[in-house]
Amino acid sequence: MIATNKATILDRTKAPAIKDAVEFDLKLKPYEKFVLDNGVPVYNINAGAEEVMMVELVFFAGNSYEQKNLVAAAVNALLKNGTTKKTAFQINNHFEYYGSYLNRNCYNETATLTLHTLSKHLPELLPVMQEIITDSIFPEEEISIFKQNSKQRLAVGLKKCDFVAGRLIDAYVYGEQHPYGKYSNAEDYDALKRNELVDFYKKYYSNGQCILFCAGKLPPNLYQQLNDYFGKLPLQPPPAETTSFIITPAEQKKYRISNDPDGVQGAIRLAQPFPNRLHPDFLKCSMLNTLFGGYFGSRLMSNIREEKGYTYGIHSYIQNHVHQTAWLISTEAGKDVCEATIEEVYKEMQLLREDLVDEEELHLVRNYMMGLILGDLDGPFQLIARWKNIILNNLDETYFYKSIQNIKTVSAEQLREMANKYLLPERFYELVVI
Amino acid sequence: MIQYERFVLANGLRVLVHEDTSTPMAVMNIMYDVGSRDEEPERTGFAHLFEHLMFGGSINIPQYDEPLQMAGGENNAYTTNDLTNYYITIPADNLETAFWLESDRMLSLAFSEKSLDVQRKVVCEEFKEHYLNKPYGDVWHKLREMIYQKHPYRWMTIGKELSHIENAKLEDVKKFFFKHYRPVNAILVVAGNITVARVKELAEKWFGDIPSGEKYERNLPQEPRQTAPRRLEVKANVPLDAFYKCWHIYSRLDQRYYTADLISEVLSGGGSSRLYQSLVKEKQLFSNIDCYHFGTVDKGLLCIDGKLVKGVKMEDAEKAVEEELQKIKNEKVSEEELQKVKNKTESMMAFEDMSVMNRANSLAFYELLGDANLMNTELSKYQQVTADDILKESRIIFDEANSNTLYYYSSNN
Repeated sequence: MIATNKATILDRTKAPAIKDAVEFDLKLKPYEKFVLDNGVPVYNINAGAEEVMMVELVFFAGNSYEQKNLVAAAVNALLKNGTTKKTAFQINNHFEYYGSYLNRNCYNETATLTLHTLSKHLPELLPVMQEIITDSIFPEEEISIFKQNSKQRLAVGLKKCDFVAGRLIDAYVYGEQHPYGKYSNAEDYDALKRNELVDFYKKYYSNGQCILFCAGKLPPNLYQQLNDYFGKLPLQPPPAETTSFIITPAEQKKYRISNDPDGVQGAIRLAQPFPNRLHPDFLKCSMLNTLFGGYFGSRLMSNIREEKGYTYGIHSYIQNHVHQTAWLISTEAGKDVCEATIEEVYKEMQLLREDLVDEEELHLVRNYMMGLILGDLDGPFQLIARWKNIILNNLDETYFYKSIQNIKTVSAEQLREMANKYLLPERFYELVVI
Repeated sequence: MIQYERFVLANGLRVLVHEDTSTPMAVMNIMYDVGSRDEEPERTGFAHLFEHLMFGGSINIPQYDEPLQMAGGENNAYTTNDLTNYYITIPADNLETAFWLESDRMLSLAFSEKSLDVQRKVVCEEFKEHYLNKPYGDVWHKLREMIYQKHPYRWMTIGKELSHIENAKLEDVKKFFFKHYRPVNAILVVAGNITVARVKELAEKWFGDIPSGEKYERNLPQEPRQTAPRRLEVKANVPLDAFYKCWHIYSRLDQRYYTADLISEVLSGGGSSRLYQSLVKEKQLFSNIDCYHFGTVDKGLLCIDGKLVKGVKMEDAEKAVEEELQKIKNEKVSEEELQKVKNKTESMMAFEDMSVMNRANSLAFYELLGDANLMNTELSKYQQVTADDILKESRIIFDEANSNTLYYYSSNN
């Protein structure tokens, strides 16, 4: 070959050579673990260039543990609203003075209290976190403000078709009594009583089962600090397994609901119950899901957004639940094209059942997923989030490596087999809320 | 301190490089100096529609997304009133794919009729999803028209009305592209696990021969000083009454911008902020209340908005807000309170800077403002704000003659 002037050989139609992402050797940076005096485990990722960190306390205090709707969520929401020594204002002011964020979230199995802070301020903040989990008093006045404002927020949510559809589809799949399927009503807020909140708090927080996750630039005496403030408390290590509830899916499969007579779009949800991560089909189906509706270049996006322009976005995903889960398709589409959209979704399912995915598309999805995971393993907070998901699902790092292996090797035949098993219209609940 | 190197190609493209070897990834961020403020009043929403069209194929590459995904990359974009930004994250080994794709669409789009046709529909659905089919979705539409009489911040990025988007022609698309999407109006930032030398070589190779284009000279109508209060009342099918009040503030490069930012933090920005404590917790007039501003390049807005507790009269709610404003206008904030909002700002910046993508994005934005190094002096500008500044600026900003009030009533009451 003869060397020519660079400018004359720049062929813009030709893609530069790439390193195939499937060749990336992805490694999950291991955590450091220690156990506090009371047996509570602490998982740490010590990394990062900025002087910031997070400490998360995960309690087994999600809505699976409540006897009455919303008790778990209310306790979690009101954790920062007063102790015997400090008012809600004083607690907030303390964390905010140090520029830190103390957030709480309530899920199905777990509920969290999460601190993000500049690492240098940790010693000022841990004592007050301890106070919050040992000495919260849930003042009546705070409960009443919480009820009133939650009901108002709910009233606004109920005007939105996507919010309404999200609640209903979960109820169809799991049943309204199931922790994954139940939702809030104004009357449930009214019915909350202080003593129920206090009892739940004592049992599931002050004396609860707990795991800690820390990430970021961690101080060298972290163990000492955490043990001083949390290791002497009557907390317990996490349960070996959490309770699994029986799902009671609805009998009727198709729903059309009118929520707002002036609505110009419909919220579409299709869903079917799906097994959890331990099921042998799970990883193969997550790959199929990506191809079907899990990224911008997916079949659903390409057809329904990029070809037909029916929607701003359409996605499919498998919910991140522990015991059982659901496979969903979700979009907001123009009122007049909702039915056409559903029809196209079913057509895409049919294509996946009948035709083998060609090698190029499969290769693209493999590379895309690998690149995504590579980027997702970047930074201490992302790493701990991945570990947390593994640990809270009672898995270990072999699951991570298995899922990488699956991305690299799952075959077109296996994907078609999965499509024939799961992507069948009759398996799906079908809901449109306008 | 964020380290970077800056050079300019012969065609005027500004390039900034920020090395960070702790990540396996690279980020490419391209910011174009055009936003919805540069649109004509009869063709609003165009800058944003155009952003969608940038993904419809370029002159030599029919598909933008596929080769990127094949290289393990991901991308997105956004349009604001001020600018349009495109960004890619990709395994650093495959950075050249990003150069190839971005340079080709800066060279020229494919200008496909089909793409325009589909993206018009997609953007109309986006319009509906966010602004028509949501309770309170039209608020900013109404507020902007009241607040800005002349300046093009008068309309939202999504556009004034659906018809402006529906009527967009391929001819307009071409003109817009060759006016704004030229190297001389763009900033390229490459960050992550890369070297300056490699970026220099790739930038020359892929962007070097793109015609420079003409520098876009912005000449926007300036907003005259507001001299009398403006008020508007609306009734709509929403569950709760809502209160909105906005005041004109300063441009992004004005030192008083930092004072205004801290004022908004004193008033709202956490469970210990003044408006929340007084109006949600103590007086229980609002179920939520926020004070915020838009960090726009030209003179921006400070806004307070909240939903009223059912049964509370709008006038009483406004009076209570006014009492809080009187306090900040009449009494200096304590040193402790001032320190708190500065600490919060410091911490927020540290968390933002954790991500390479945020760093690349910020570098591009500050370069657009005139000097990328502003990124490194930002914190000290907040540190310089005094309690006296807050007192003085509160009096100027919260002048009734500078205010715009919207009573958004629920028709269900």
